[in-house]
Amino acid sequence: MPPVAAVAPVLVLEHATKSFGPVRALEDGSIELYPGEVHALVGENGAGKSTLVKILAGVYQLTSGRLLVDGAAVALGNPAAARQAGIAVIYQEPTLFPDLTVAENVFMGRHPLRSGRRVDIRAMREQVARVFEGLGVRLEPARLARGLSVADQQIVEIAKALSLEARVIVMDEPTAALSAYEVDRLFRVVERLRASGAAVLFISHRLEEVFAICQRVTVMRDGRQVLARLLEGLGPDDLVKAMVGRDIVLRGEETRRAGGDVVLSVERLAREGVFADISLQVRAGEIVALAGLVGAGRSEVARAVFGIDRYDAGSVVLHGRPLPKGSPTAAMGAGVGLVPEDRRQLGLVMPFSIEGNVALASLARLRRRGLVRRRAERAFAADWAVRLQMKFGRLSDPVATLSGGNQQKVVLAKWLSRRPALLIVDEPTRGIDVRTKAEVHRLLIELASEGVAVLMISSELPEVMHLADRVLVMREGRMVAEMDRREVSEETIVAAATGQLQRLGA
Amino acid sequence: MSGAMGAINATVPPAAPSGPDARRLVDVVLRARELGIVAALAALVIVTTALEPRFLDSQNIEFILSNTTIFAFLAVGEAMVVISRNVDLSVGSVLGLSAYLSSNLFTQVHGIPVPLVFLVGLAIGLVCGVLNGAVVAIGRVPSLVVTLASLYIIRGVDVWVVGGGQVVANNLPSSFLSIGTSSIGPVPVMALGVGAVVAVASYYMKKFRSGRELYAIGSNPDAAVLAGLRTGRRVFVAFAVSGAIAGLAGVLWAADYGTIDSTAGTNYELQVVAAVVVGGVAIFGGSGTIAGAALGALLLESINTALYVLGVSPFWDSAIAGFLLIVAIALDKGISTRLTGALRKRNLQYGT
Repeated sequence: MPPVAAVAPVLVLEHATKSFGPVRALEDGSIELYPGEVHALVGENGAGKSTLVKILAGVYQLTSGRLLVDGAAVALGNPAAARQAGIAVIYQEPTLFPDLTVAENVFMGRHPLRSGRRVDIRAMREQVARVFEGLGVRLEPARLARGLSVADQQIVEIAKALSLEARVIVMDEPTAALSAYEVDRLFRVVERLRASGAAVLFISHRLEEVFAICQRVTVMRDGRQVLARLLEGLGPDDLVKAMVGRDIVLRGEETRRAGGDVVLSVERLAREGVFADISLQVRAGEIVALAGLVGAGRSEVARAVFGIDRYDAGSVVLHGRPLPKGSPTAAMGAGVGLVPEDRRQLGLVMPFSIEGNVALASLARLRRRGLVRRRAERAFAADWAVRLQMKFGRLSDPVATLSGGNQQKVVLAKWLSRRPALLIVDEPTRGIDVRTKAEVHRLLIELASEGVAVLMISSELPEVMHLADRVLVMREGRMVAEMDRREVSEETIVAAATGQLQRLGA
Repeated sequence: MSGAMGAINATVPPAAPSGPDARRLVDVVLRARELGIVAALAALVIVTTALEPRFLDSQNIEFILSNTTIFAFLAVGEAMVVISRNVDLSVGSVLGLSAYLSSNLFTQVHGIPVPLVFLVGLAIGLVCGVLNGAVVAIGRVPSLVVTLASLYIIRGVDVWVVGGGQVVANNLPSSFLSIGTSSIGPVPVMALGVGAVVAVASYYMKKFRSGRELYAIGSNPDAAVLAGLRTGRRVFVAFAVSGAIAGLAGVLWAADYGTIDSTAGTNYELQVVAAVVVGGVAIFGGSGTIAGAALGALLLESINTALYVLGVSPFWDSAIAGFLLIVAIALDKGISTRLTGALRKRNLQYGT
């Protein structure tokens, strides 16, 4: 099917920017969507794709720039306005009403009515059945939405978009949670949408899918559009290069040498439906990065190692001794620390003071006759605050008042004060400003040189390149590549994470 | 058809048309809760009557129905609120305040028409409900906290207004008191009226957009916002209706009991919530029916009476009500787990 050309675009986003306070999530977001076309939007994590989607969905408002629908500038103040403008967004995990029927999910808020303004249940079900028929899917309109597979939930959302006569359908990583068969069916549905003249914006990390169903592509990097053209004539490696694109970042001091004893040894770890066959080792004094796309199962592996989640098979060995399953207490006792990805939810007790949070994992040491001594707690925290160069008003201030970077330092201090043998850090610098980021990096390197084994999960390639002695890449719950410091490059990491490794011959 | 489809068809016998089958399953499950209550009620009646035939005396039936009436009425408004994933704990206090203020009108304004008194009761309840709804919907404060506060505030106002006084039956016109006592056969007139309200409200929740939207809001509040529903407004109206019903129930209560002091309706809120949950309305909203909630009230009252008739210590009343509550919640959880499982399996079978 040749892509339609010489048609006016149905939707144009021009030089869109979006700031959250001082943070720029989108620097220069531009995209043109044509009717009858499937348009791929690709980019690394944090390239600004999600922000762009939320702008189209009416969830975020533009800081500057223009959005044109059918050539006319529109302002989407809320999701309802976006729908009014003919834009529908299908999220990776749709939000349906589990207690209501499929048909009612499609028509909620705009049920067809019959005499006396009563809801016309039969007409509603017939219309939905017709939409499903048109999409070529078998789904019973009268059944409850509860228990629908993610794939079917997406179909319900698509049916909703069609019944709203949406002309732009945005699919935000729809295939991430689908089986191969379900992806197949979704592609058939997308093809029908395209054939009927809709513009489909398709976001995926899987480049083979992009080449399978899209005609045009927009690549984003660091919040900017860096490439926008027809896919014809492009190969996966062109996209990878455009996605990564930046100069290779300087590595950490080359003098740092890893090679102490094995501290952590994970053998064939598996958790059904989440990850499988994960083996890795981390030595004393070594920083090992776990790279991969968001959702590849990296954090889940970390949680299983630390004992937050159970695992179904495999073993975790620390210093030659197996760690019991599912016991964070045992892991802590054996000298493991975990700095979680979501520090606000999991790493800190937000209303507690700085000193209270720092001391939280060391209460046993600060306690006398069962009571925690305030003064000891403060002295303890003050010591760490100085060592990590935290910036704060008073140690008794709640951590909620600190900046993201300083909050992260509090979490780090909490674990460092236990003198861990193994520190697992999950996205240690997410949402932290550049200067503090550098300080956290320095801290991690320092720790490693003191002989701590560091396992770092990071989606930021420069960070991985900068810090890691070895890089392990996960994709869809499996380990797909292990690279030494010498052979690692941003291109090979991205290629491995997106399943293009063989193509690049790495 | 792709290869995968073929593979699925090969392992499973050719799928029968899934339409009517799936519909039947859904219908059965949706009705299961009400059917369960009816079955429990039937079992109760049969067992109790076997042990003590007086249980089915028309006098006793009238007693049960008239005691159920107020609770079933309150359950209508409460069910709407609970379906929207909220709770209204102030209904007992609203009933008390309205009962005193409205019946006291008869002592202050001689010859005041009865319908006007009902209107005053309705207005008192409406004001309370509107205040509750406004704080919940506009202030976005959890309804549990808001209505717990108004439970105490409104009761406080009631105690302050009533002081040590009370309204007694001698001060009330017989035309008013007859509302509480007249009956057609063994069925009190009040029960008939409330039955009609239950029927209308059930139909409304089932057939009208605003009713359906309350279910949607309770089922998934985030999705409701994304679907463009005006959730605040709907929840506000549900609280207003619940308040108005509690106000009217106060007037009925006054007509029924004839003696009104500042303790009228104390603890009713808990019994009403219990009735709603026992009646199959999910405590976290989204499912259940108003008819079910009213049946829940009837079941709880019948149990009370059965225990009394059988000469069991009244201590067991509340213990059994609590036990039923646990059963209802366990059933709720069990049904939704089972249902999810069954529907998942269906997906696999038909390979949709």
